[in-house]
Amino acid sequence: MTTITVEASELTRKYGSRAAVNDVSFTLNKGEVLGFLGPNGAGKSTTMKMLTGNLAPSNGSVKICGIDMMERPKDAKALIGYLPEQPPLYRELTVDEFLTIAARLHRVSRQHIRKAVDIAKQRCGLTEMGKRLIENLSKGYQQRVGIAQAIIHNPMVVILDEPTVGLDPIQIRDIRALIKELGGEHSVILSTHILPEVEMVCDRVQIIHKGSLVFNGGIDVLKQQRHGNRLLLGLRQPPPHEALLGIPGVESVEALEGNLLRIRHTPGEAPSEALVQAAVSQNWGLFQINPDQTSLEEVFVQLTFQEAAAA
Amino acid sequence: MIVNIARKELKGLFSSPMGWVILALLQFVFATFYLMGVDQYFLTMSGAMRPDQRMGVTEFVGGSVFGIAPFIMLFAVPLLSMRLISEERRQQTLPFLFSAPLSLTEIVLGKFVGLLSFLSLSVLLIGAMVFSLNLWADIDFGYLFANLLGLFLLVASYCALGTYVSSTTQQPVVAAIITFVALLALQLIEYFLAGDPSNTIANLSLMRHFEPFSRGMLDTRDIAYFLLFIITFLTLTVRRLDADRLRG
Repeated sequence: MTTITVEASELTRKYGSRAAVNDVSFTLNKGEVLGFLGPNGAGKSTTMKMLTGNLAPSNGSVKICGIDMMERPKDAKALIGYLPEQPPLYRELTVDEFLTIAARLHRVSRQHIRKAVDIAKQRCGLTEMGKRLIENLSKGYQQRVGIAQAIIHNPMVVILDEPTVGLDPIQIRDIRALIKELGGEHSVILSTHILPEVEMVCDRVQIIHKGSLVFNGGIDVLKQQRHGNRLLLGLRQPPPHEALLGIPGVESVEALEGNLLRIRHTPGEAPSEALVQAAVSQNWGLFQINPDQTSLEEVFVQLTFQEAAAA
Repeated sequence: MIVNIARKELKGLFSSPMGWVILALLQFVFATFYLMGVDQYFLTMSGAMRPDQRMGVTEFVGGSVFGIAPFIMLFAVPLLSMRLISEERRQQTLPFLFSAPLSLTEIVLGKFVGLLSFLSLSVLLIGAMVFSLNLWADIDFGYLFANLLGLFLLVASYCALGTYVSSTTQQPVVAAIITFVALLALQLIEYFLAGDPSNTIANLSLMRHFEPFSRGMLDTRDIAYFLLFIITFLTLTVRRLDADRLRG
């Protein structure tokens, strides 16, 4: 039993001469949740389409649990649950009918179909909606039906393209909990452009920009980059910068508006205590001190920007 | 798996009023022609004195129904086949089928079988109507069987063409119009080339190959023609869908 569930190597997709996805390689282990981040048109959806066999790559290969998507597409697809950007729903059917069809097409055995439908409905909070026509459901509920259809056959790999679009905050919380739960036994790949979402549910993050991977690593790395090595200090009577620079650990000081100072310190040795003591003893009028968090957005912009500069 | 897709298609057809309305209208038209056939049989036969003018009831009534069926189906099939794939394209539900463990051939065959079994209901009802003559007359089962088989193959060919056209567009209405025009052209080829019966192109006419069946004759050449026609268009459909995957 291999623990690698998804293996993409050198995936490339060209439209004419323009490469929508260029040389993307990664692997995913069992039980991991992988977040796919990227601005619009970065190639997130294209990559997902290739992973699920909806689009043939111009170059490279996809292996699901060691099964090649090109050579044995049926066996590979049986291990995947996929929710495309636009949830594929037959609007004239009821939720139960649709999920039954989904279960049947995904090779769920006859005696287990009813149970599979019930479990999927329960997991996605659709228990009350079974007899309703999909057409009459709200966007959020349609999205849930889309997710239910992707997990109905208990696939090894669940691929969700922007699963929380159009949901209200409570539903988003439920779906995130569901994704975390799925991550326990399956592998999950989800794409999104909501950054905190990635921080909340993903173990690993990939940032894709203009078709190429610009970042691939654990969420901790990203978080570290985010927390960084800066403090935000608010002083009513700020001393000259030299006084601050004299405190061990402080590397540079930058004045901001509203009596705020941004202090850059040596990584891992936040001089907060020394700063507070100095502020109290010398009466600087301290009113605020907190770590200066770079927003995830900033990290994201940095990463995508760096790549642009390097290219 | 083909059966599962066919079941899905049938569910789709039966869950819309469209399917029921078309089935009802077809039955209404065929029943009307059947009734007219039965009605006129006595009138005509009482006037026919000489033995060679006389005709079996199966042939007379059956001829009336089976004579009109190809033209009625010409209208019905495009209306039903138009949504087969184009609607999935428009609603973006094709990824649902593409990411399920199914081959493209299974998807196309499933859709084709689903539509064909729906229309077969109508063909079977025609068979049942003519068969009911057997209550008070001895009907010619061979003739009835040949006609039913011919009609079935003809409808299957219509469906295959309809499936292909539906896969080429996103607009069901466009698919319906193109299917109708193409089928009509295939019917009319024979009339245009009536002066030159040995013309190769005239052999493409669907009606030319249906005609022997309606005389009660099973000719392997005609059966082969229909089967080839069906296989050709279904293969084209598979290729068209494959192009989606390749070209995106």
